[in-house]
Amino acid sequence: MTETTDNQTQIDAIWNALQTVTDPEIPVISVVELGIIQDAYLDNGNATVEMCPTFAGCPALDVMRDNIRHAVRAAGFDAVDVKVVYDPPWTTDRITDEGRRKLKEFGLAPPTQCGGSPVTEALIKDTACPFCDSKDTNLESIFGPTLCRAIHYCNSCQQSFEQFKPV
Amino acid sequence: MSDLFNLKNLPTDLKPAVVDLLYRLADDSILIGHRNSEWTGIGPILEEDIAFSSMAQDKMGHAAAYYTLLHELGEQDPDTLAFMRDAHDFRCCQFVALGNIAPDAPAESPDNCNNPTRDRLMAHGDWAISFVRQFLFVQADVVRNSALESSRYDPLASLCRKIRGELRYHTMHAESTLRHLAHGTDDSRDRIKKSFVYLWPYALGLFEATAHDQALADACICPTQADLQREWRARIDPMLADAGLTIDESVQPKFGGRTGKHEQALVDALADMQKVYRLEPTATW
Ligand SMILES: [Zn+2]
Repeated sequence: MTETTDNQTQIDAIWNALQTVTDPEIPVISVVELGIIQDAYLDNGNATVEMCPTFAGCPALDVMRDNIRHAVRAAGFDAVDVKVVYDPPWTTDRITDEGRRKLKEFGLAPPTQCGGSPVTEALIKDTACPFCDSKDTNLESIFGPTLCRAIHYCNSCQQSFEQFKPV
Repeated sequence: MSDLFNLKNLPTDLKPAVVDLLYRLADDSILIGHRNSEWTGIGPILEEDIAFSSMAQDKMGHAAAYYTLLHELGEQDPDTLAFMRDAHDFRCCQFVALGNIAPDAPAESPDNCNNPTRDRLMAHGDWAISFVRQFLFVQADVVRNSALESSRYDPLASLCRKIRGELRYHTMHAESTLRHLAHGTDDSRDRIKKSFVYLWPYALGLFEATAHDQALADACICPTQADLQREWRARIDPMLADAGLTIDESVQPKFGGRTGKHEQALVDALADMQKVYRLEPTATW
C-alpha cells in the first residue's frame, strides 16, 4: 500500500466514525448529514476534524464535540483535535439530501433552501407539513423549543409541527 | 482592501483597541442575554416567553464566542471573563444592564420565596420595557454586525458572518412585534411610548464614543460609533415613525458604560448572573 492510499484509508475511517455521531436533539441525523463537518484530515498523524457550529448558543455543540472526539478515538486514533471554525459559516443549505429525508421522517419539516439569500418570513412560511405534505400551513412562531426550530400549524391534518428553520 | 489581520499579524499597537472592542461586544451580548432570560417561564404570552428565551440563548452564545476571541488574544478564559469580573471591569453600555422593571415601580416587592429578582419581576415586571429595549438593541446589533462582517480583523469578521443568519430572526421578531403593538390597542401604544421615552437616553449609550474609535476606523477594523449611530438611525427612524414614536433630539445620552461607569442595575444583574459560578469556580459542569 502506498503512503497516499494509506493516508486516504485513515481519512475515510475518520469520516466513517463521524457518520456515527448524531445531533443529541435530533438523534436521527449525523453530524456529516447536518453539514457541520468542514474537513477531516491528518495533521502529523493526529486526526483533525473541523466543525462549523450551527447556532453559536446551541447547547448540543459541546456534546457533539465530545462525541466526535470519542467516536474518532474509538476508530483507532489516539490524538484527536476538534477545531471549531466559523469560516465558511454554517447554513441550513449545508444539510445533505439524506439529512433532509431523515429530518422529515423524524417529523421535522426540513429547512427551505435559501441559496445564499437572507431568510425572510415568506421563505419560512413556505413550508410543507412533514406528516401529510400539505402546503396549507401557518407559521405560528419563528422561535421554538430549541434554537433551530420554528413552529407551524397544518390546516389539512390539523396539528402543529416543527421545522428545522432555514438559516 | 489591505491584508487581513489575524491572531498572528495583528499589529501590537492595535491590540488594545481590538481587545476593547471585543469586550464591548461580548459584555453587551451577555447582559442583554441575561436580562432577556429573566422572562423565561414567566413571559406575558407563551410565544414571547419562547422568543425571549431563544434570543437570550443566542446572545449568550455570541458572548461566549467573543470571549473566546478575547482569550485567544491573551485575556483570561471565557468563564472567568463572564463570571469573575466585577461591574467596573465590564464595558457594556448601561442600556443593556437595566432591569425589566418600570422606573416608577414601587420599591417594595412581595416575598414569594423565589429569588428576589424573580419575585420583583413577577410583581412589577414591565415586558413593554424589555421589548422596546430588545427592538432598539437588535437594530444596533445588526448594524454593528454587518459592518464587522468586513472587518479587517478576520477572526471577528468570520464570527460576524456566522452570526448574521441568527440575527435575522431577532430583527424579524422585533419588527413584526413592534408593528403589532403600535397598531394594537390604546394600552399597547401607551406602554411602548412610555417605555421608549424612558429607554431612549440609555439606547444612545450604545454608541458612546471611545478612545479607540479613530484607530479602529483608520485600520478598517470597525467604523466609528458616530458612523454606526447614523446607520442605526437611518434604519430605525422610519420604523419608529410608523409606530408613532417621536424622538426627542435634545435628550442627554446615558454614557459611561464603555469606560466602566455603571448604575446599580449592572451590579444587581451580575450578582444574579455570577452567583452560581462564584459558589464554586473550579467545579466542572
Ligand atoms: Zn399536515
